Amino acid sequence: MMHFLATYGTQLIAKTGQHLYISAAALALGVIVAVPLGILLTRMKHGANFVITLAGVLQTIPAMALLAMMIPIFGIGSTPAIVALFIYSLLPILRNTYLGMQGVSPTVRDAAKGMGMTWWQMMIQAEIPLAAPVIMAGIRLSATYVIAWATLASYIGAGGLGDFIFNGLNLYRSDLILGGSIPVILLALLVDYLLGKVEVAVTPRQLR
Amino acid sequence: MLLSMEHLRKEYPNGKIAVDDFNLQVGRGEFIAFIGTSGSGKTTTMRMINRMLKQTSGTIKINDKDISKMDPVKLRRSIGYVIQNIGLMPHMTIQENIEMVPKLLGWSKEKRAEQAHKMIELAQLPDDMLQRYPGELSGGQQQRIGVVRALAADQEIILMDEPFGALDPITRESLQDLVKHLQEDLGKTFIFVTHDMDEALHLATKVVIMSQGKQVQVDTPENILRHPANDFVTNLIGEERLIRAQPNILSVSQIMLKNPVSITPDKTVDDAIELMHDRRVDTLLVTDDAGVLQGYVDLEDINRITDPHTAVGDFTNRQVFFVKADSLIGDTVDRILKQGVKNVPVVDKDKHLVGIVTRTALVDIVYDALRGAPEANEEPASPINADIHAAATHDEGGEIPQ
Ligand SMILES: Nc1ncnc2c1ncn2[C@@H]1O[C@H](COP(=O)(O)OP(=O)(O)O)[C@@H](O)[C@H]1O
Ligand SMILES: [Mg+2]
Repeated sequence: MMHFLATYGTQLIAKTGQHLYISAAALALGVIVAVPLGILLTRMKHGANFVITLAGVLQTIPAMALLAMMIPIFGIGSTPAIVALFIYSLLPILRNTYLGMQGVSPTVRDAAKGMGMTWWQMMIQAEIPLAAPVIMAGIRLSATYVIAWATLASYIGAGGLGDFIFNGLNLYRSDLILGGSIPVILLALLVDYLLGKVEVAVTPRQLR
Repeated sequence: MLLSMEHLRKEYPNGKIAVDDFNLQVGRGEFIAFIGTSGSGKTTTMRMINRMLKQTSGTIKINDKDISKMDPVKLRRSIGYVIQNIGLMPHMTIQENIEMVPKLLGWSKEKRAEQAHKMIELAQLPDDMLQRYPGELSGGQQQRIGVVRALAADQEIILMDEPFGALDPITRESLQDLVKHLQEDLGKTFIFVTHDMDEALHLATKVVIMSQGKQVQVDTPENILRHPANDFVTNLIGEERLIRAQPNILSVSQIMLKNPVSITPDKTVDDAIELMHDRRVDTLLVTDDAGVLQGYVDLEDINRITDPHTAVGDFTNRQVFFVKADSLIGDTVDRILKQGVKNVPVVDKDKHLVGIVTRTALVDIVYDALRGAPEANEEPASPINADIHAAATHDEGGEIPQ
């Protein structure tokens, strides 16, 4: 253990950094796209089911296949990895945003509109805050997925902790496999814990 | 007129005609109750007033301005809105909830806070409740907040859609008192949808009875009880409630017998005896030539007179108890019954004799009213009775001065 750290310590930090960067970028893109899309879906009479099903189908594509499909479009490196992981992150966020917004009671919406809120004010002051806990739970779930799957990004040359694991597999070196896997698990647990805190923070006191 | 609705019609996209030719003029300080069967178009009509729905045709004007030409968001901020399921924002404190519209209107923080304190006092709730969340309050307390929130920006018109439907009777009554106070003492104008007839009759200055998108009757609670427009209204009010309300809506003239047997003072004892015999009565009312009640003579008095030519006027009893034709039965019944007389003459405002009320007719009505209200013992002053009572005149007649 000490020996491993002494030999690979700096590399470990660098790879963890890459891993985090790829995951965070994919997740951020996922949030930017899926949250507004989810909200939009609640405003549409038709199409919501179709879009959510489509996102579900995308998620069933095997990770390796999806990553491989990115190469002809984006080449190799972190960009195709981020795009692929972004696609994976969509479904939980999209579905939870949709459900969260659907779950805002019609009474509250009616009251907000009836009291003279504009469309934006209703969104920002009433609906999104009320849906936030559910949306946040979706983001949290996506974050764990993305961190786990980012391991595979190494396969298309994006770096990250997956490099240790793939090297270990090639060289039959279990210390490298563990040295890559354990940080991934710790990272996933840590991010899940932190986002759990955020989820509680955005939950209105009365609804906790 | 503060609010005027003319030829309103609402046809939903599915072809359902929810409101058809609705007309109503509402003055400042009025309390309008919409009542009717479920699906009769009450909510639809109300929601057209703050443009939550757009009418298919017809016009709504507030202070003579056509609301379809106003900015809907501004319009809604100027009209209070209270719905059945309360509609407080669960993620906002009570204070934030009360300050919602003032904040949308851009009031300063200080002015808003001041208003919040004023409103919670108006709701008769403790000031420290401002920092609580809706979920920490009882249903009744939440709806109190819902009501004062609708006034927080000095709205003149307040729309309420079955606001107290989900509350228990005691809480409901205390909230009814609150809105009645707001209307009577602060001059607010209410448009109030309810399915509770007692509530409508108790609170409203004008009741709008609706059925299948049409107005069936629009009148004061008293007039609706007195003259239900048709069987639909009678059924809606309920046979029992009508009977119970009778003493308070029927006037003496409605139950009196017309053409009472009377005689003028210049007639003789002989004439009197003949008249009594013909009409089979033992008492004659005495009126002057103009028909003004003077008193009465009865068989006992006549028996005591020996000279058959004595004029009736010479032995007329001038101490006669009478009632006025337009007084309400509920207001006179006690006095009549206490007098212990069989029949009471009824006079108009100039003391002309117009009829007679028999003790039997009175007892029937009072008995029906009691029987029609078996719970009368538990709540001696039912809201309708109490109210109409208070509104009635207390001019009940009296005795002719000697
Ligand atoms: N959005 C809608 N689309 C079609 N029909 C509707 C809609 N809202 C209400 N209705 C119909 O219009 C009629 C009046 O409804 P409403 O105004 O809610 O009645 P009330 O409040 O008196 O119970 C009902 O028959 C109802 O089914
Ligand atoms: Mg309704």
